[in-house]
Amino acid sequence: MIDPDLRDLYQEVILDHGRNPRHFGTLPNANHEAQGHNPLCGDRIHLFLRVDPSGRIDDVAFEGKGCAISIASASMMTDLILGKTVTEAHSLAAAFYHLAKGEPANEHADEEDMERIAVMSGVSQFPMRVKCATLAWHTFEDACAREAGGGSAA
Amino acid sequence: MSNKLMLQASPAPAFDVMALRADFPILSREVHGKPLVYLDNGASAQKPRAVIDLMRKTMESEYANVHRGLHYLSNATTNAFEEARESARRFVNARSSDEIVFTKGGTEAINLVASNLGGEIGPGAEIILSEMEHHSNIVPWHFLRERNGAVLKWAPITDEDAFDLDAFEKLLSPKTKLVAVTHMSNVLGTLTPVAEIVRLAHAAGAKVLVDGCQGAVHAALDVQALDCDFYVTTGHKLYGPSGIGFLYGKIEHLKEMRPYQGGGEMIETVTRETVTYAAPPHRFEAGTPPIVEAIGLGAALDYLGALDQAAIASHEAALLAHATEELGKLDGVSLFGRAPDKGPIVTFNIEGAHPHDVSTVLDRLGIAVRAGTHCAQPLMERLGIPASTRASFALYNTHEEVEALVRGVARVLEFFR
Repeated sequence: MIDPDLRDLYQEVILDHGRNPRHFGTLPNANHEAQGHNPLCGDRIHLFLRVDPSGRIDDVAFEGKGCAISIASASMMTDLILGKTVTEAHSLAAAFYHLAKGEPANEHADEEDMERIAVMSGVSQFPMRVKCATLAWHTFEDACAREAGGGSAA
Repeated sequence: MSNKLMLQASPAPAFDVMALRADFPILSREVHGKPLVYLDNGASAQKPRAVIDLMRKTMESEYANVHRGLHYLSNATTNAFEEARESARRFVNARSSDEIVFTKGGTEAINLVASNLGGEIGPGAEIILSEMEHHSNIVPWHFLRERNGAVLKWAPITDEDAFDLDAFEKLLSPKTKLVAVTHMSNVLGTLTPVAEIVRLAHAAGAKVLVDGCQGAVHAALDVQALDCDFYVTTGHKLYGPSGIGFLYGKIEHLKEMRPYQGGGEMIETVTRETVTYAAPPHRFEAGTPPIVEAIGLGAALDYLGALDQAAIASHEAALLAHATEELGKLDGVSLFGRAPDKGPIVTFNIEGAHPHDVSTVLDRLGIAVRAGTHCAQPLMERLGIPASTRASFALYNTHEEVEALVRGVARVLEFFR
């Protein structure tokens, strides 16, 4: 029998995002990008954003190598933040960090979004894996603060 | 040849692994409701009762600072501390215990040597490392590149993951000042031909530092036979405590070396105008050392030294062969480290499952392995993989545990298929 905590961590939807990540690739006309790296384990995420003048994320893509959790989290994040304003996405990032650590989420995020990120809540039972789940979101926050094409290869 | 760990052709000596397991209290615990299968010995080994008991006894009844007080307890603790140094001497077969410098681990031992050789490794001087080095035997040499303009050269591995002795020989030149090479790769398990490396390096006028953090635990060691200039190792991989390790250095080198850190215990006299230093090894041991840890390390080395080294090597080689054969049969598992001469490490990847995911699933089955880059990024780059999973065996592991690992890996394959 497989451990129920494991089934919780590796839900079908997570395995699916891990195997077939959404928005996977580069974004030639991105105006924000950042690379996230977890040096302890070798996970890498390269995130591209196009933010319109009103502050809305109108396109997103990522490339990366890593475990099922880090890739699935990045893939689900791209689905979630596409079409949101940067401010809304930041608020979702904060909710995600709470969720990943098993803490009560803040009440600012949209209910439907909260349900979608709740799929990742199993990670809170695996403290060593929390950083895998949060890598994409930290990279997103980093990307918001950086212009695209800062010398790094796309 | 003392750096050959595996015995071949001789019948396995009687080796009672269950009796040895009883010496290690932690091995009887469960993890996630399953019996612990501890296969992360390359990261840190578990501790026998002899180590735990002596450290507790020291703190409970015979503890004071060393080399300072004139009272009973200081004298008793100093004797125990210096006996541990003698245990380390015996373990590596150094000529004198003055050749043993206690450090907080392998990393500090390498940094100590690197900080000292700075004087003779100036602009353009070359340091040869192997592609298999752990970051602890890379970064201190990068310091000399950054600060002194030293040049790092990389001795490759062959396509069979062995140390490429021919390519290494071609890198040697009158510019080579130091060769810093692992005794055993922490990823591939590859054993390096230390005695041959030393012979070639010495012929070129270079010193040799051997990183024995992985290699020291698996076979009888003889630094005099190897003729290396420096040999470093760490206590916690030798069934001893963390926070303690040691540097072996030929006494003629240690006598020439300047202090690494300044403080108490390492001086002869201090005046307002000047300072003169103690002789090795105390010259390199500024401040109060990790006293209880050193005594615990001595107990670990005595424990290991009392066992039949050939029997341990033979047992570990059998575990390695068993794991290699059974994992190799599974579709979707690729194994790394095919050197003919290797220690008991199996590194692998599973198609469709990242090492983290592999490790998480195995952990829930009670099996502890290492997943990641193993602090060896240049090697991962050479192998063309971002990360891998590693099972590393110790004297107390069993064939049942190898089977548990194989069943666990089969479960992972099923889970992520």
